Formats: sequence, C-alpha cells, structure tokens
Amino acid sequence: MYKIISKRLLAPNVNEYTIEAPKVARNARPGQFIILRVDEEGERVPFTICDMDKEKGYITILVQTVGSSTYKLSLLSVGDAVSDFVGPLGNATDLSAFDDIVLVAGGIGSAVVYPQAKYLASIGKPATVILGARNESLLMYVKEYEACAKKLYIMTDDGSCGEKGFVTQKLQQLLEQKKSDVVMAVGPLMMMKAVCDVTRPFEVHTIVSLNSVMVDGTGMCGCCRVTVGGETKYACVDGPEFDGHLVDFSEAAARSAFYKEKEQAHYCNLRGTVEGGK
Amino acid sequence: MVDKNAKRTLPIEQAPEVRSHNFEEVNSGFTADMAIAEASRCLNCKNPKCVEGCPVNVHIPDFIALCAQGKFIEAAKVIKGTNNLPSVCGRVCPQEEQCEKNCIRQKLGGAVAIGSLERFCADYALTAGVKPEKNAQPNGKRVAIAGSGPAGLSCAADLAKAGFDVTVFEAFHKPGGVLVYGIPEFRLPKKLVQAEIDSLKELGVKFELNVVVGKTIFLEELTEEYDAVFLGTGAGLPSFMKIKGENLAGVYSANEYLTRVNLMKAYKPGSDTPIVTGKNVLVVGGGNVAMDAARTALRMGADTVKIVYRRSMEELPARKEEVHHAIEEGIEFLTLNNPVEILGEKKVEGMTVLKMRLGEKDARGRATPIPIEGSEYRIDCDQVIIAIGTSPNPLLHKSCEALETSKRGTILANENGETSIENVYAGGDAVSGAATVILAMGAGKKAAASIIEKLS
Repeated sequence: MYKIISKRLLAPNVNEYTIEAPKVARNARPGQFIILRVDEEGERVPFTICDMDKEKGYITILVQTVGSSTYKLSLLSVGDAVSDFVGPLGNATDLSAFDDIVLVAGGIGSAVVYPQAKYLASIGKPATVILGARNESLLMYVKEYEACAKKLYIMTDDGSCGEKGFVTQKLQQLLEQKKSDVVMAVGPLMMMKAVCDVTRPFEVHTIVSLNSVMVDGTGMCGCCRVTVGGETKYACVDGPEFDGHLVDFSEAAARSAFYKEKEQAHYCNLRGTVEGGK
Repeated sequence: MVDKNAKRTLPIEQAPEVRSHNFEEVNSGFTADMAIAEASRCLNCKNPKCVEGCPVNVHIPDFIALCAQGKFIEAAKVIKGTNNLPSVCGRVCPQEEQCEKNCIRQKLGGAVAIGSLERFCADYALTAGVKPEKNAQPNGKRVAIAGSGPAGLSCAADLAKAGFDVTVFEAFHKPGGVLVYGIPEFRLPKKLVQAEIDSLKELGVKFELNVVVGKTIFLEELTEEYDAVFLGTGAGLPSFMKIKGENLAGVYSANEYLTRVNLMKAYKPGSDTPIVTGKNVLVVGGGNVAMDAARTALRMGADTVKIVYRRSMEELPARKEEVHHAIEEGIEFLTLNNPVEILGEKKVEGMTVLKMRLGEKDARGRATPIPIEGSEYRIDCDQVIIAIGTSPNPLLHKSCEALETSKRGTILANENGETSIENVYAGGDAVSGAATVILAMGAGKKAAASIIEKLS
C-alpha cells in the first residue's frame, strides 16, 4: 500500500496528492509518469509526476476528477493509501540543450509542465511559461511558477486573471516578437494541436506530452499507440513526449474517447451508490 | 494386468452452448475413479518415451503408477520433483506434441491422458494443502528474478528449494505473468495460479510487485545487490500487421484485450476497467492466443466471432484441443484470408481481406500462403483483435546496454542461461521468443541449475 502524505484542493475537482512511494521516487525524473490503482478492484490509471522528493521518497501527482477511478481517489484523504503505485514510467524530458524555452500549459497540463520549469530554473535556464485556464479558479501552481519562470503569462478565457484570451494568442505574439528555440505544450489534445498550428509556420520545434489510455504502461498492451510521422509509437515507452508537428491528433482524440461512454456510465453508477448511501 | 483394449478416458467438459456464455473452466478434469482407471492404462514401459518428450522430464510412469494405486499425494510429489507448476502444466501444456505423442498406447485406445492425470494429482495435493519441501538449509546467497511468469516462477522454486534467498520482481500488481494476464480463466483458473504462487511463498520466495526492472530499478543495481540475477521478462510486446486502419479505435492487440478481461477482470459486471464488447469480432491469427481471444470475445457477448488466418486449418499453430473447443463453441474460421486494411472513420467498421492459396513448403515445413490477385473482399465488423504474435519487450535492454540481444530483440543466453553480463542469467520467451509455458519453465530450471552450480 502507498500512503497519502498530503492532499490539497487546487481547483474545483482538481486535487494534488503527495504519495509515499520511495522506490518510484528514487529513479524518477521530470516528464515521467506513474500508474496507480486506487483499490483491489481498481483499474490502472496513468498520472504524470508533477513533483518528487527523493530524500523523503515522495511523489506528487495532480488528479482531476473525471471518472470512477479519479472519483474513488477523491474520496481518500491523508493517511489513507492506494493499493498500487508503479513507476517511474516513460522517458524523461530533457530540454537542457535549448536556450530560449517556452512552456505552454492548459488546465491540468500545468502539472506536467511544472517539474520542467522547476528543473530548468535549477540548471540556470529558466523558461518562459504561458498558463491558461477557463477562469481564475481553474488556474494552478501560479505561485510555484512565479518562483521559477523567467516570465509568466496567464491567460483566462474570461479575463478573470491575467489577460483575456487563449494561450495560443499569447504564444503567437511572443513568437512574432522573437522566435524561441523550443516550445513544449501540455494540456487537452485540442489545445496541443492548436499550439502546434501556431508554431508550425515559425518552424519552432514543438514537443507535446500525450496522456493516452494505458493498461500496463510498459509497452505490453499497445493500447496507447499513436501515429507520429506515419509511424506507430507507444506513448508509454516511446513517449509520453513527441514532436507535436508529427502527431496525428484526430486519431489520438478518437482513441482516447473510445471508453468515454462506458466510463461515464460506470462513474454515474458509482457516484449514485456512494452519494445515495450518505 | 493392463487392459490393452481400454480406451482413453475423456475429462468432464461443460457443453459448448453452456460454456460459451461463462468464464468457468471448460474442462473440469477427472474424478478420482476416472484418474485411477486412466492411470491403469499405462504400460509402464521399461524405456519410457513419454519422459523424453517432456521439457522438464517429469517421471511420468512413476507418478502414474502411484496414481493407479490411488496414492495421489505421493504421485503429486513425484511430479513436483521436476515440475514446479503441475496444476498449470496439466492444463496448458501441448501434451499431444510432447509426452503423449510418444506414448506407446497411441494405437491402443489412444495415448494415456498424461496431462489430465498430472492435473488431477496436482490439484488433489493443492486442495489437500500439501506444502512444498525444501531440500537444503539456507546458504545465504541472494538471487533476484525479474518477471513472475512461468520461467521466473520455475527458477525461483528450484533456487528456494536449494537454500537460496530469492526475490521475484514483478511489474504488474499481481504475480504470474502470462498465466494471469494472458491465459483466460476458462482455461486456467486464477485461484490455481495464486495457489501455486502461495506454495512458492511457503518456500520462502519473496515477491516485490509494482517494480519494473529497467525503470523502477536498474539491472546494474540488482547485480550489485544480489549474487545472481535471472531475467524471465517474457515476450510481452505485441506485433501488429502495419496495415492501414490498425490504430482505429476498436482495434485491440490480443495482449490488451486479454489483459483487460483476465488481469483487470473486465468480464465482471461493474468492473472499474472498461472493455467494449464487439458485436461482430474478427480475430487475426491462428495460435493459442488467437483462440483465447476469440473464445473470450464470445463469452463477453459477441454475436459472431471469426478467426482470420492466412494459411489453412492444417497449419494452425494452436493446440488441436483449443481449435476443437473453439469450433464447438461456434467460432468461425476464415482460413486462407489475409487482412489488407481495417476500415472505418474513427471506429472500426470493417476489414478488407485478400484470399490466399498455399504454395511450396517453407524451411519449417509450413506451406507458404500466396495472395490471389484481385480477390479482395470486405467483411463487416466492429471490433478487431490482433493476435499475430509477440516479441520481447525492449524496455529492459534499452536501460542496460551491456545486455546483448539478437536482431529480433531476444536476450542472448547460452544453453546454461548465461547472458553477456556475469552472474546474469535469462530464459523463457525473453530468450527464445514467444513459445510455451513448459519451455519457459524448462529454461528457468536450467538457469537455476547453473546458478546453483556456480554459487555453491
């Protein structure tokens, strides 16, 4: 069992968990992910590592409640434990070869981008960060980014914080002023696709991080396969980061939506059972 | 006197129309009376050919003689002397190509049902709670095993019996490897696998779950910490055909489909792990895994399940018994058909296949399929399961360059199981490429013997 050390509500339906998993923390690096099972009956769900404390053996993840497994997780508190927690999986991201780096994060994507921003600052190459959300209440990690970003831009759809507009608009402006060496975008599939559409004419290398549906996370099931530059790749072992200009986003969207209906039905049943019993 | 006219005893089976709707075991084996009757058919040959056919050299006539006397626990002990997972092997071994193939009674009422007898005796001992026996005192040497499939479990058992301190690392949350994620419940009940694993724990074997060797812990760390390491990481990487439409939603690898159903229990109503039930399912491939996937899809509630295979029924690599069971259950076989494209907008809607004919035999003696030009046609379907084979997972050797592999990605190991790194051994599908449970167990045993010799 893997104990929950801390739990923090960062935005409506988004919790940050720090979990005791010393074996995972030992070799973990930014960009990698973990797979957890909430309980004995649980499914295997991947989450990106958003912070790690190697000395204490802690891993931090951000979880948005969207389905049955994340709902079950949301019912747990500090001192509770999850059944299984395996990792670090996937490849680490290393942007240290670049100088002028722009990180773009939408929604829950701020979790994935944060360890990068923190790492880049630690090696003396702080990145420009563009954070986006529908409104102020959905913004996450603002203070943390302020502490490590070279410059932080906040974009909200309704203008309730930072500037009104989308992350792509800010990125467009920045690239027009000065072409960066690399852009890394993490967020919903359609947001990453939109970022790639912005960077393509500027010919700026663009990295996206895919959070595909997975079972084992070690290359065994092929569930997370994605077409990149006409070739089939596995998000779990070849990724999770890929050259965004080569990713077939519409295929990725169709594959990730495949279980939506089933999951929603199961989620509704579970919530009905839990909340009806109160 | 042995009755030379007695026919081979057939195990009790669920009727096809019943079993195709449930996940209970197809074949419930022998009763004690049946086991004694069948065991009494053995001629107890002076020079038993059956033993030669067994990759782990089970002392077959000896255990059968005990079984004939009703001494089932003693019989099981004889089997356990060389076979660490007899309840499993009695069910999934291709006996018809191994021990039973060599049985002298082949033409006298049929080969003795060695597999069914092994299964009966092993189950009997498990139910009776017979504990495995160590045959040596702890020697203080530590061995790490990567992978808890048949190769790893078999290696672990022999080492533990010989007094080694053994730790098995498993990437999944449950030990057993292909025995728990791959082979379906209706062919190998998971509680049996668990019982076999529990008996290893009785021997002192430790299991560390949720550890991916090559990610969570590196091979270099294991070699530093342990006196020897055995790699039994299997052949877990699914092969695809590289045809158009293969990444459409609704196209599964057999590994994914079976893992969701078997390991993650998606067949149980209300399971957290989702699975989409196809109405008309096409399974591509002709091996045991293809049969497992097809029969699982049927049990999940598909209206039709068809196997698409590019050669003829003659060449099907699956065990005869599995093919026979599949046909009985209503699986259709579209032989001499090769997929060309999977059709659909976002989800699978159909498949274009090309008809084939058989040409010359290849080096392995299998007829080569030759496309018949212009014979393409469309089959409607809403789910495709690809079961055309697997290869070793590159994850481990990617993380350790010193570990030499072949072009096919298999770990290079000599006949003693030794790899390119000192004190690191390997065996099973990771070395041979996808093969059978029993061959993997044989390789695990061999490596255990090498380790015992080297470290004693």
